[in-house]
Amino acid sequence: MPDASTDPRFGGRPAQPLLIRLSHWINVPLLLLMAGSGLQILWAYPALGPRGAPYWWYPFQGVVPPRWATFGGWLAGARHWHFAIAWFLILNGLIYLLYLLASGEWRRRMFVWSRDAGGAVMMLAYYLRMRRQAPASDFYNGLQRLAYSGVLVLAVAEVLSGLAIYKPLQLWWLAAIFGGYDCARAVHLSVLALIVCFAIVHLLLVALHPRTLVQMITGGGRG
Amino acid sequence: MALAGCDRSSAAKLFLGAMGAWNQRVEQALFSPGWLAPELPPSALTPEEAFPSYFIADDMPFPPDNWALKVGGLVARPAVFSLDDLKRMPRTDMRVRHHCVEGWSAVAGWHGVRLSEIARAVGIDRRARFVEFRSFDAGYWSSWDIESAMHPQTILAYGMNGHPLYPDHGAPLRLYSTVKLGYKMVKYLVEVNFLPEPTGGYWEDQGYEWFAGV
Repeated sequence: MPDASTDPRFGGRPAQPLLIRLSHWINVPLLLLMAGSGLQILWAYPALGPRGAPYWWYPFQGVVPPRWATFGGWLAGARHWHFAIAWFLILNGLIYLLYLLASGEWRRRMFVWSRDAGGAVMMLAYYLRMRRQAPASDFYNGLQRLAYSGVLVLAVAEVLSGLAIYKPLQLWWLAAIFGGYDCARAVHLSVLALIVCFAIVHLLLVALHPRTLVQMITGGGRG
Repeated sequence: MALAGCDRSSAAKLFLGAMGAWNQRVEQALFSPGWLAPELPPSALTPEEAFPSYFIADDMPFPPDNWALKVGGLVARPAVFSLDDLKRMPRTDMRVRHHCVEGWSAVAGWHGVRLSEIARAVGIDRRARFVEFRSFDAGYWSSWDIESAMHPQTILAYGMNGHPLYPDHGAPLRLYSTVKLGYKMVKYLVEVNFLPEPTGGYWEDQGYEWFAGV
């Protein structure tokens, strides 16, 4: 877990610098609105695959998302919300990424195979009760780094697949990367499911380590 | 998180309205008047019975006996075209992917005459920045930007999958294009008017975005 005192290696910055905290918490309402409006959009055609050729592997053909998980009221409203909030989500993401790189924060947060692969495996083994002790970690353990790097990749895939669905002709090259319109749509929903999985595990682990929540609010200067 | 119907708070409306206007500018900037959707092979065709056909009237609209297409507005030579007149004009065929606002896609072949061909025939005026399309389906209509209307893959289609258009897909004539979402492509056409201002549309006036480009 991150050291409570400010870290001299990172310019005396607290465990969670202000910009990281801001972008983290701004993500909460933005992601909820995007997911909710997205599911309302899905409601209109709750299937994957083109007409006449549904994807055989998708187990929920015709299954509508639960009402409580939708936002926007109807297709038109949901689209307006989805395409409006998207800009802010992307902006928030870009600011976070730029800060991550410019400040050097990526060094202690992002997954580097040679440094973190072993630690990630050992941490997972510890959570699965296959190891008695958690491995030593510096700021974040290997599994955290893997998770937070992974969700970044998911976020980028979600944005790009969304753009491909939005403009399959004008952004034809983007749609092509995802295998065409219907494939991009399947990716967009699948990646949402993975992001939700991440969020559930994230909330669970934060609940098990409540000090991390305090640090994400106060910065961790006093632990 | 669920809302019953549209959010009515004025702050939300202001925000969505402003973002909608911004998004339209982005969409129009993204639009390339020359970029063509790819022609798809016959193997990609959606079985015709699986291609949804929507109309807003209580019953499927059938063309009146004296059907003809009226073309007017800011044009030098307003005209009335019979189906035979349209069939005498240069024919365009395409087999392309359709995108519905609901999220589904489907592939079909369409054939007819380019709208740009019609525009040239009637002498379109430079002030005509918009086109409206009117139908005999309970007043269903839409209006477009002229750039999308003049796209080479925007046609007035009288045929589908190699046969004459059937009533379920807008007989005798429908608007079809590769550059817009399905609800913009008016079926059961009776009028095309080239205008200086947009005139909304059936779904657009209820809250769906007006530009709706793909």
